[in-house]
Amino acid sequence: MEEKKELEIRWHGRGGQGAKTAALLLADVAFKTGQYVQGFPEYGPERMGAPITAYNRISRNPIRVHSNIYAPDYVVVVDETLLHTVDVTAGLKPDGAIIINTPKSAEEVRPLLNGYKGAVFTVDARRISMETLGQNFPNSPMLAATVAVTEVMPREEFIADMRASYEHKFAKKPEVIEGNMQALIQAFDVAEQALSVVYKVAV
Amino acid sequence: MAIRERMSGNEAVAYAIRQVNPDVMPAFPITPSTEIPQMVSTYIANGEMDTEFIPVESEHSSMSAAIGAQAAGARSLTATSSAGLALMWEELLLAASNRLPLVLTLVNRTLSGPININCDHSDGMGARDTGWIQIYAENNQEAYDNFIQAYPIAEHPSVHLPVMVCQDGFITSHAVENIELLEDGKVKSFVGEYEPEEFLLNPGKPIAVGPYAVSNYVMEAKKNQEIALENAKAVILDVAEKFAAVSGRHYGLFEEYRTQDADFIMLIIGSAAGTAKQAVDELREEGYKAGVLKLRVFRPFPAKEIAQALKNCKMVAIMDRCESYNGNGGPLGSEVTAGLFRYKVMIGAVNYIYGLAGRDFTVEDAKEVFAEMENAMIAGTQPEQYRYIGLRSQEADE
Repeated sequence: MEEKKELEIRWHGRGGQGAKTAALLLADVAFKTGQYVQGFPEYGPERMGAPITAYNRISRNPIRVHSNIYAPDYVVVVDETLLHTVDVTAGLKPDGAIIINTPKSAEEVRPLLNGYKGAVFTVDARRISMETLGQNFPNSPMLAATVAVTEVMPREEFIADMRASYEHKFAKKPEVIEGNMQALIQAFDVAEQALSVVYKVAV
Repeated sequence: MAIRERMSGNEAVAYAIRQVNPDVMPAFPITPSTEIPQMVSTYIANGEMDTEFIPVESEHSSMSAAIGAQAAGARSLTATSSAGLALMWEELLLAASNRLPLVLTLVNRTLSGPININCDHSDGMGARDTGWIQIYAENNQEAYDNFIQAYPIAEHPSVHLPVMVCQDGFITSHAVENIELLEDGKVKSFVGEYEPEEFLLNPGKPIAVGPYAVSNYVMEAKKNQEIALENAKAVILDVAEKFAAVSGRHYGLFEEYRTQDADFIMLIIGSAAGTAKQAVDELREEGYKAGVLKLRVFRPFPAKEIAQALKNCKMVAIMDRCESYNGNGGPLGSEVTAGLFRYKVMIGAVNYIYGLAGRDFTVEDAKEVFAEMENAMIAGTQPEQYRYIGLRSQEADE
């Protein structure tokens, strides 16, 4: 895959679901690969459930632009109900991709994407989260799927890195570490598998 | 060796506060600056610094307590945004006129109304005539670096004035970006210990702070304060030079980006300067001679230096992230054009209002401004003054 000069990613979620946290974690992950990063939220009304947007820029060069992203390489949708109310593919590059948290297949959700012609990946982050964590925390699986699709970092490095940061973050709750790791691994595998299928089709 | 990290603007300032370890920090929370006192409290609770943290009931009190502590002889600071700064108004004037070198870390946010939490410079610009030194940052790195330079500027014997270190709310305060940090020891030795010459808790040399002054004396006090602000210019440059020696990062009163041979220059403050630089690079590739003058120090206002820097260009676009309701433009527009006239630099100038309450400012917006300047120059017309960028129109909404 040709190395892109700068990667721009837009996250759509609802307040309280962790889309902002996922964007900041992605910035963290990319930083560890030695790249320049930016991760920032755009706040609307500050309440649970309101649509929120978060952004990432990842680059080999220092990043100076401080505006929102209007022509992203990738879009991540953490809450599929937004597909009905927000034009999530606005400006999305046709050679990019959209990653959606939904139990449906890519073909099933494509009609909701305003004619978007690029790659569509779906990950059932809710199911993965319920199975591994017993609660619906879709942001960890969506982060893993995003790393897999964008190829920001190799699988093993990402997994090792996240284990270290969970061990630090959950030092007082070690029982949740394994569940979070399973959520990441499952989502990564789902996305990676879908990615290989898309590439075969493209070839 | 510099420490390579990634953190938000608020994290960067809190990190710098821990390294400087001032004596007293009274604070009251307000978005988007809340994280700063929150993170400092955590550092204190973890035993990583021993600043006396005073939770107070309002910003009127946080600035009052900072003034009291500083007058007593303690190195003090507080943090705020927007309405919090407005509530400090009376105390801001007291801090400066009593010549107290305390530091305020301001996370710029619009003022009501309509009520909104996002960035513009209304708060800082509203306090521009309170006698404080004001230094603005483009990103987290500059917010960190400016904070470290603040006390050496404020406490200099020829200055003795408070310093407001400003960064853009959310755009830099909540954006995680790469940063290079200095080691704790380097910061500590750069800032040094606070040794006030005169202070209230000094039994050997009693003084009064804030007494009534009769008209025979007030005007001289005010003139002395003005002289101190003028002195600050040289001190800011001197501190920047010393800072460059330890950090390798260079600062001035403003940054000139590709302005040397520029026909058209955008004069701008804060995070949008980076966006403007990107626009300049793209325009330069098309052979268009554009440049950016990013103002770092707004108080003292470097009118003469700006006039010098602009004298060879054809036209300047002066960008205000603030409406000043005078019917004649923004604060930066008014002061820059006054400076150009005073120093007989008769170039074209146009004042834009942009980015109010977090309205986005893009590379395309910046390019549009340059295109408008060029079109006016080609047509030989004076561009329409005092314009708004990115304003919704009735047609666009329909």
